[in-house]
Amino acid sequence: MDLPQQGYRATKPRARAPPPTADSVLFDDTSSAAPAMNSQGYYTPGYNMAGPQNDMQGGAGPNNMFADPMANAAMMYGSSLANTGKDMVNKEISKFMSVNKLKYFFAVDTRYVLKKLMILMFPYTHQDWEVRYHRDTPLPPRQDVNAPDLYIPTMAFITYILLAGMALGIQKRFSPEVLGLCASTALVWVIIEVLVMLLSLYLLTVHSDLSTFDLIAYSGYKYVGMIFTVLCGLLFGSDGYYVALAWSSCALMFFLVRSLKMKIIPSTDSMGTGSSAKPQFRLYITVVIAVFQPIIIYWLTSHLVR
Amino acid sequence: MAFTLYSLIQTAILCTNAVAVLHEERFLSKFGWGVDQGVGGFGDDPGVKAQILTLIRSVRTVMRVPLIIVNTVCIVLLLLFG
Repeated sequence: MDLPQQGYRATKPRARAPPPTADSVLFDDTSSAAPAMNSQGYYTPGYNMAGPQNDMQGGAGPNNMFADPMANAAMMYGSSLANTGKDMVNKEISKFMSVNKLKYFFAVDTRYVLKKLMILMFPYTHQDWEVRYHRDTPLPPRQDVNAPDLYIPTMAFITYILLAGMALGIQKRFSPEVLGLCASTALVWVIIEVLVMLLSLYLLTVHSDLSTFDLIAYSGYKYVGMIFTVLCGLLFGSDGYYVALAWSSCALMFFLVRSLKMKIIPSTDSMGTGSSAKPQFRLYITVVIAVFQPIIIYWLTSHLVR
Repeated sequence: MAFTLYSLIQTAILCTNAVAVLHEERFLSKFGWGVDQGVGGFGDDPGVKAQILTLIRSVRTVMRVPLIIVNTVCIVLLLLFG
């Protein structure tokens, strides 16, 4: 969120810097000797605040930038411009997705990331899979290790792309187009999977509190397994690849079934009048999602490890 | 199977076109999927068939005008750039 401001502020001094340094050779003697005269001299042309850009040309030198009212006015004008730009961007983005909801998924810390990575690779000893709530709102990932987050999937996706580039480079099959192709292929598979999941959840009227971002998070966790598989394939050859593939597939399937079981299949029998096919459909959905993971992991990584 | 982003856009446009072309009276009624045969139960779980029919009808209603625009743009671009 600070980035646009820093960008604006970084360009503004740079735009102002060349003229003063060019003129400071001329103004050096007078500015240090009589700073009061300089600031008084700038008061008269400074009455119109509408054109601070033009009045900045004869700047009093970089040392007096904050004492100079012109530079102050210009900086305030620039920061107000940056603020209106930032507000406009936020307003446009919030029409498509709520930024607060997205911020919840990135509220992680180091301890959470480490524990989550360990659970993803070895979920068999994790006892409590319930997502904890705090007065009807789910706890952010910083305080609940079972909450889904988007930080790990995003970082794992980028790491996977870099690792794919490295693997192709080791085999002398690298070119920049292949990297872009790999990235867009993986992204398209994620989109397809999320759309299929959303469609199946809607068609079978499974009322769960899984939002779109939750599904993106859960389908992005497979990239951690993919990275582990590709690394083992590169280090230990073809046997290591298949062993790592089997290990990460089993771990990921277990993790997904345990996590989604809490959300999709209700633990209490609240739908008393529902048809008897409902629990079956929910179980089918969970199992199909879980079985799809090893297939896609194999599909996306086998061409990298020959 | 290497997907580019362009092929994803193409697939999306083609699928949406396919759903938008299904006509209610001429085609769907023959299969028992028409307007009057869809929503039967007003209970809390409508069932798979009613959900699909609702989805098809809502896609056709919502995406009719944007599809016209997108298809026109696609035709012009494909004619110009091949």
